[in-house]
Amino acid sequence: MQADAKGVLTGVHFLDGDHACCEGTLAAGARFAAGYPITPSTEVVERFAQRIPTVGGVFIQMEDELAASIAIQGAVWGGAKAFTVTSGPGFSLMMEHIGYAAMTETPCVFVNVQRGGPSTGLPTLPAQADMMQAKWGSHGDYGIVALCPNSPQECFDLTITGFNIAEEFRVPVLMMLDECVGHMTEKVVIPEAEQLEITPRRYTKLPPEEFRLYEPREDMVPDMVRAGAGYRFHVTGLTHDERGYPSMNVETQDRSVRRLVDKLKPFSNGRALFETEDLEDAQVVVVSYGITSRVAQRAIQLARAQGIKAGKFRIISAWPFPDQAIDALAGRVKAFVVPELNLGQMVHEVARVAAGRAKVIPVTHAGGTVHNPEVILNAIVEAAR
Amino acid sequence: MQRMLSEIRIAGFGGQGVILAAVVIGKAEAIFHGGYACMTQSFGPEARGGSSSAQVILSSEPILYPYVARADVLVVMSQEAYRKFGPQLKPGGILITEQDLVHVDEAPRGVRLYGVPATRLAEELGRKMVLNIVMVGFFGAVTGLLEADALRQAVADSVPPAFQKLNLQAFDKGYEYGSQLMVKLTDVEEAVSLESA
Repeated sequence: MQADAKGVLTGVHFLDGDHACCEGTLAAGARFAAGYPITPSTEVVERFAQRIPTVGGVFIQMEDELAASIAIQGAVWGGAKAFTVTSGPGFSLMMEHIGYAAMTETPCVFVNVQRGGPSTGLPTLPAQADMMQAKWGSHGDYGIVALCPNSPQECFDLTITGFNIAEEFRVPVLMMLDECVGHMTEKVVIPEAEQLEITPRRYTKLPPEEFRLYEPREDMVPDMVRAGAGYRFHVTGLTHDERGYPSMNVETQDRSVRRLVDKLKPFSNGRALFETEDLEDAQVVVVSYGITSRVAQRAIQLARAQGIKAGKFRIISAWPFPDQAIDALAGRVKAFVVPELNLGQMVHEVARVAAGRAKVIPVTHAGGTVHNPEVILNAIVEAAR
Repeated sequence: MQRMLSEIRIAGFGGQGVILAAVVIGKAEAIFHGGYACMTQSFGPEARGGSSSAQVILSSEPILYPYVARADVLVVMSQEAYRKFGPQLKPGGILITEQDLVHVDEAPRGVRLYGVPATRLAEELGRKMVLNIVMVGFFGAVTGLLEADALRQAVADSVPPAFQKLNLQAFDKGYEYGSQLMVKLTDVEEAVSLESA
């Protein structure tokens, strides 16, 4: 369906990534946000708090990140599209409720503007060191989708995509920005509302007596109900059966946990989001995401200028990892070079999929700034030997 | 405008409007001139005071590397900013100072130095706070990187409606001061080249 024009700030703007992300949430239909301020993510909800009175909705500054990350889920079951925003230590605090959203299949969005860690780390400087935490930070096996924008324009566009995925698959979607992208100001074009495709909530069409809250449809995703619409329902983080009632048996556990993970399989395959360039003849493929993908592209240009056959694979949906696309490349390229603003995280996924068929070379960085393109270039040169 | 990529750094005290000056320049390129601009800002954890610095890259192509390594143009509004960023200016670069706030003993070799009493010019308009926009006007005139019109539109687009007139006056004041300075300098240069001929 079309976006609600009330939330769409149509026009050409000069915005930073945080503000563009906020406009993305409004365009996607988010009318509830809860947050606890933390650099470098606060600007997202600061703008939301300013804009929402005229759009119509609610922002609550909560007492902490735990409260923020669960308040949004209450709002979702009450019928709103909702999100929260955080960084660094706040992301760690939200882990419990990311798991809750995955388990209860509550469609919602968590924006993490990554800064240098561990602990308080570098509040005002970039890193990409929460990538594994995004996938594995909450306990148990579960599925999430993580998206990595590399510009303010994408902070707008992908936030809408994120909300749409959350609704389609009933999962928490993690927007994995970094401080550099969040605080970088560039041109952002916001189209007319009718040009924006918005995924509505999948409300059941069954009558109350036939409806079962966790009965999956053909795509392994169950339909929802809105609180107060006349349906009885029960939402719990305990392992539950199709009716939503606690069911502590091995069969239910196996069936439901596998489904939570398997319903996202399309993102490992055909639904994976990525961007490629110069792969046709590439011997060395640089795999990167977020701000690092821009710096890496500079390195690829420098390598091509030296006659090295380098190509670009930019990950946009980092989780589930785009297995199929990397697998197809692994059989025919010499090496993958993986620069990231951490000491080696997504590189392990590249190595897992490559499974020894191509060299996998990490280009690590502890964060605080971006890579020097020359450093990535050196790794490409080395890999091409 | 015969340029592929220009790296600009603007620095001063927190509160001088460093970031807004950078926004105006970036917006002039990205929205009113049809090119690409990427603006980033550096700040410490403190909320007020201290130093403030912004970086703007202007380009005719999409910008990949987001930070300024060595500036083509350095605009400084405090002594500390000059001390910190002066050495990072490219040889052949342009140094623009608020001349009453920044003392330059000896400009680095090969650097063109232009000073403007932006605070005094802003005070003549009755509002010291528009010194940043005076600096933007002056920047436009001495660098020639952007058309005055694009910059003016960006100024109008970046301030609240109630302050539009004041800020456009500030821009014009800085631009005029810069244009006159350039005419004077050209005369001097011509005189020098005549003498040496």
